[in-house]
Amino acid sequence: MRIPGSKILMECLKREGVTTIFGYPGGAVLNIFDEMLNTDLRHILVRHEQAAVHAADGYARASGKTGVVIVTSGPGATNTVTGITTAYMDSIPIVVFTGQVPTPLIGNDAFQEADIVGITRSCTKHNYLVRDVKDLSRIVREAFYLAKTGRPGPVLVDLPKDVISTEIEFKYPEEDVFIEGYRPTFVGNVKQIKKAVRLIMRSKRGVIFAGGGVILSNASEKLRELAQKLNMPVTMSLMGLGSFPGDHPLSLGMLGMHGTYSANMAVTESDLLIAIGARFDDRVTGKIETFAPNAKIIHIDIDPTSISKNVHVDVPIVGDCKIILGQILEALQDENLDELKIKLKPWHKKIEQWKQAHKLTYKKNGSLKPQFVIEKIYELTKGDAIIATEVGQNQMWTAQFYKFKKPRTLLTSGGLGTMGYGFPAAIGAQVAFPDKIVIDIAGDGSIQMNIQELATVSQHSLPVKIFILNNRYLGMVRQWQELFYNRRYASVSLDYPSPDFVKLAEAYHILGMQITDPKDVEEAIIKALSTKEAVLIDFRVAEEEGVYPMVPAGAPINEMLLL
Amino acid sequence: MRHTISVLVKNEFGVLARVASLFSARGFNIESLSVAETLNPSFSIMTIVTEGDEQILEQITKQLNKLIDVIKVANLSTENFIEREMALIKVGAENANREELFRIVEIFKAKIVDVSPKTMTIEVSGNDKKLADFFELLKSFRIREIVRTGKIAMLRDKKRLKKGE
Ligand SMILES: Cc1cc2nc3c(=O)[nH]c(=O)nc-3n(C[C@H](O)[C@H](O)[C@H](O)COP(=O)(O)OP(=O)(O)OC[C@H]3O[C@@H](n4cnc5c(N)ncnc54)[C@H](O)[C@@H]3O)c2cc1C
Ligand SMILES: Cc1ncc(C[n+]2csc(CCOP(=O)(O)OP(=O)(O)O)c2C)c(N)n1
Repeated sequence: MRIPGSKILMECLKREGVTTIFGYPGGAVLNIFDEMLNTDLRHILVRHEQAAVHAADGYARASGKTGVVIVTSGPGATNTVTGITTAYMDSIPIVVFTGQVPTPLIGNDAFQEADIVGITRSCTKHNYLVRDVKDLSRIVREAFYLAKTGRPGPVLVDLPKDVISTEIEFKYPEEDVFIEGYRPTFVGNVKQIKKAVRLIMRSKRGVIFAGGGVILSNASEKLRELAQKLNMPVTMSLMGLGSFPGDHPLSLGMLGMHGTYSANMAVTESDLLIAIGARFDDRVTGKIETFAPNAKIIHIDIDPTSISKNVHVDVPIVGDCKIILGQILEALQDENLDELKIKLKPWHKKIEQWKQAHKLTYKKNGSLKPQFVIEKIYELTKGDAIIATEVGQNQMWTAQFYKFKKPRTLLTSGGLGTMGYGFPAAIGAQVAFPDKIVIDIAGDGSIQMNIQELATVSQHSLPVKIFILNNRYLGMVRQWQELFYNRRYASVSLDYPSPDFVKLAEAYHILGMQITDPKDVEEAIIKALSTKEAVLIDFRVAEEEGVYPMVPAGAPINEMLLL
Repeated sequence: MRHTISVLVKNEFGVLARVASLFSARGFNIESLSVAETLNPSFSIMTIVTEGDEQILEQITKQLNKLIDVIKVANLSTENFIEREMALIKVGAENANREELFRIVEIFKAKIVDVSPKTMTIEVSGNDKKLADFFELLKSFRIREIVRTGKIAMLRDKKRLKKGE
């Protein structure tokens, strides 16, 4: 039977197990949207294409499935770039389909033409322009395969209008996807595993450093097994939060610029660092020369380019961390772990001292503190919600004060630091898990970058909770100006005055509340959590609160500014 | 240090742009690049000459390998290899100095490929040193234009980049 490209696309999506698409229509994709009506696919119409990509990304982070986006050519396509780059920096599997002008017009500055393949070359794992409908099914299958396997990432497929409308005889290709230049390594090299075990057994002050890769590879169980078996403390990158329970006695919390005192001290004094699925970002290492200066480093990562990129690694192990952790656990069976545990005792004592010396805290002076709001959210959700954040102080306080217990419960833009990410990401997560509590912890600056999505939650009856920590400032930038620019506040006040977020929520037909007094926080959160619809709470928090500890950019991580 | 890297790529649309933008995005420098099809027209070989220390070279190799259209990357500089470059040189050649030019061309096993009343165009190929020496000698004539291909390179002996290409 002869069918058009648009129908082939639907068939491919079905075969990939896609149930939900985030998108926005336009001229170049009319045929696709029309064809979609003949399927069971759920289309979430957003209000800006950037939000479609963030939503697909949030859907992917929360569920582990690949997020899918369809947008039109030209401005529809260019609006996706921030979303795609956000997903690229955090290694999130999404597939973005963009409409394109008909092939004969490509390169002619045709109406709504943009060279989106050229534009996104450096922010996708791979991208394709489909020039012949005969290649369509192969390319779609490759796109999903590439997005999900190895180091995950966004893949873009550009679909010219004529390719989508051309009819051909079609049979779905059943054979496995084969891409000649693409063979990720999954199993760790046995010699390297042995070397790693030798280092572990010789260590006296080891620390495990878990990154986003542990979550991407669903390796949390194995990580916990290893940490408990070795009785070794665990610190996490921002992206690794949730990979190990934040309330576990072995947890040191986050490392790096806004990491805990104990984590930064422990890594600096360690003699062994086992980095798992982490890429030693400069927010983590601080001054590179003084990062873990006495430690041997074991680095497990599926992407060889992550290894020895920033820090020198003693034992690199390329592969999937879940598999490799399994290999290490097996190799440890022949070792005398009791001896190791005894050796680690003084180390634990020291760590306990660091933990007690500077706990995460804040000044309680009667005003409404953002940290207090997060503590309350944590308490009232029993640490069991899916939390998205925006970028800035709201993000760091969430990382510090919400003790993430499970993987895939924190959705945050770490690598790109995209303001406006959290709300649409929360929408995506809520679509994936309609019955879970999904909260966007926002700043008043960030929320205004994708505020139009209030219409999306309203249209699709998504019970997303938006909790704004409204300090009337671009708080994180203000904090840098306070500390490093002599309190010269350049363009950071948002108080002209701050918008009436309650009215705004109401304008979009959702419930809005404003809280100014700490004693009303609990009741408001309880009310929001028990409402089966979207709720926005504008928490008017203290204006000039700072995030501490803080390592000034480029300083050694054990030189923290403390409260 | 200077490195000559051989890259076997799928002959896909945009592959050259991918390699080039990788180098520019990561701040690696390309001294020369040449590319053409292999016997099998689905593949091309790129020869890239670049400069950098061990760590940069390691990143270049890994990043190239990460591109989906790249099948194989080899740093030839670590092995025994042959390197060649071809150049076309247009020089001013009046009757008086033509004899001299002929002699140089012969010594260097170069070729005269075009002659006009006032100029001669010479084709020469060889390794770095040979080309440098050749250009040096031609300096006493008026060099009007030089166009070079960039280097191509190949492993010596039985070794090859990849079976079948
Ligand atoms: C305002 C702000 C402040 C920040 N402050 C901090 C801070 O204080 N501390 C902090 O840690 N971060 C901070 N960040 C985040 C930081 O910028 C980085 O995003 C983060 O540190 C990177 O985390 P990661 O190393 O775990 O790598 P990710 O970006 O999560 O990368 C994952 C790694 O795992 C690998 N991987 C993927 N899949 C697998 C697999 N299956 N098996 C093995 N490996 C795999 C990938 O190749 C990659 O190397 C901040 C961000 C912002 C915006
Ligand atoms: C799209 C974008 N633009 C600019 C920045 C730079 N930036 C980082 S944090 C920040 C302030 C965020 O303010 P707000 O959302 O109010 O959060 P707060 O820090 O006050 O919690 C800015 C402007 C960014 N990260 N993303």
